[in-house]
Amino acid sequence: MEIYLPIAEMSVSAPLMVLLGFGVGFLSGMFGVGGGFLTTPLLIVTGIPPAVAVASSATQVTGSSVTGAIAHWRARALDPKMGLVMTGGGFVGAALGSALFRWLTVLGQVDVVIALAYVALLGTVGSLMLKESLEALARRQRGEAPPRPARRHHPLVAALPWPTRFPRSGLYISPLAPALLGAAVGVLTVLTGVGGGFILVPGMLYLLGMSAGTVVGTSLFQILFVSALTTVLHAVQSQTVDIVLAGLLLVGGVVGARLGTGVAQRLAPERLRLALALLVLAVAARLFVGLTWRPGSLFVAEVASA
Amino acid sequence: MIRALVALGLAVAASPAPAAPRLVAELSQSRIDISYRFAGAELLVFGAIQGGSAGPPPGLAVVVRGPTEPVTVRRRERVLGIWVNRRAVRFESVPGYYAVATTAPVEALLDERNAAIHEIGLDFLQLSPAGYVDPDEARQFQAGLVDLRREAGLYVEQPYGVRLTADVLFRARIPMPSAVPVGEYLAEVFLISDGRVRAKATAPILVEKSGFERSIFLFAHRHGLAYGLGSVGLAVLAGLAGGLLGVRRPA
Repeated sequence: MEIYLPIAEMSVSAPLMVLLGFGVGFLSGMFGVGGGFLTTPLLIVTGIPPAVAVASSATQVTGSSVTGAIAHWRARALDPKMGLVMTGGGFVGAALGSALFRWLTVLGQVDVVIALAYVALLGTVGSLMLKESLEALARRQRGEAPPRPARRHHPLVAALPWPTRFPRSGLYISPLAPALLGAAVGVLTVLTGVGGGFILVPGMLYLLGMSAGTVVGTSLFQILFVSALTTVLHAVQSQTVDIVLAGLLLVGGVVGARLGTGVAQRLAPERLRLALALLVLAVAARLFVGLTWRPGSLFVAEVASA
Repeated sequence: MIRALVALGLAVAASPAPAAPRLVAELSQSRIDISYRFAGAELLVFGAIQGGSAGPPPGLAVVVRGPTEPVTVRRRERVLGIWVNRRAVRFESVPGYYAVATTAPVEALLDERNAAIHEIGLDFLQLSPAGYVDPDEARQFQAGLVDLRREAGLYVEQPYGVRLTADVLFRARIPMPSAVPVGEYLAEVFLISDGRVRAKATAPILVEKSGFERSIFLFAHRHGLAYGLGSVGLAVLAGLAGGLLGVRRPA
């Protein structure tokens, strides 16, 4: 069943879009990532203009993260205080990022350097997580108790001033740590156009020392605000949010997020970390292939503003 | 449609042949409304040739073109194993849609100069590169752009797409994909013999969004902030529905 999209100015298959939303929503609810990294290129493949794909998938991310956040909240697996501190940091980071982006664009071919740096970052994080989760799984197989960690969070985090209690996460750390993490992810999101869930979740796990249980819900809570702001900015600045497309993606997205959340809560934390590690590596590989593969057409055309 | 064609043919056949040939052209629709069910359209251009029928059968070209806009074309090049966008050429007048149907390949009907004057054929579009660009390079970029548009179904070339009946009646079916830009289109029919255009007929077409699609588009462009907040509202509502509906209360 074909439906015409008023902003993208073309028609798409409605069931295909609902299915796409479902798949991405599932991953989002399970891992606490937004999923725009998957939606955007898939939409572009179907012929939707890139700007519309980016903006409309942000709208869908808002919906699926609301669903996921509610489900995790019910399971007491969401730390709102931590989430709000990271959101605040994220907004500051996004503002810094767009200033940095303007400055870098003036310099020229830096987008490639940024993309390569991001691939390296994701690859490193993914490999470290893969190693860690495999070791944890192996210990579990042998029936050993997990070793008591010498420290819960990174020494740099412990050195920051004004420690505060985050009861839901069971942490007593400086609010500067999650704020800085949020800001760093905000900068990256603006520079790379890829949402920060992949960096945020491992950062919360390994830098802040949050338990795997609260990480996914808290990440979704933060993504909710960031993607809502992104949607409004795109709607105001470039009028590229296609509400019909977003609606189709949302129908599948919220159902997928609901199911994904259920899976995340039943899965052993080590297995969840292993799956996330594989996903992060897959995204790094996907970005790398996108940079090095010979493109189908050597030319790219874009309608210039008059 | 067929009856109209036959009636037209009879009318033409009945009238005394004037010295100079004349073209009569008509469209299946002069307005294309884009609604939520729009999945592309097929435009039928038909008509008749009046007079000048002695000699070899005439050539015909049917051209349908959409509104023009400036387009920047970039070429990807490989730098240290990475594909990056390098050189760019800006073309000032690129039709958002262009279809040409002819009775024979364009090269067999017209020479390069005449094809370029009337912009008949994908190879003869005048896209007006901006500033000084090396002509060879401009040609490469233009060919790249035409290939991209052709793949998207926005540029169409049908070398034998015009059907001629008894050297008098003609018709061509022009496919338009769902991604056609909105705006004012023009259908042109050229009568060609001995490598020159002998007669020309034109008809305008309006492609426009209607109903819901139109309202959404206008609202998004006039009230960006309200539209953005509305989109977020819709997303939050859908998210709430997904999160709250069908929850089994723990006993």
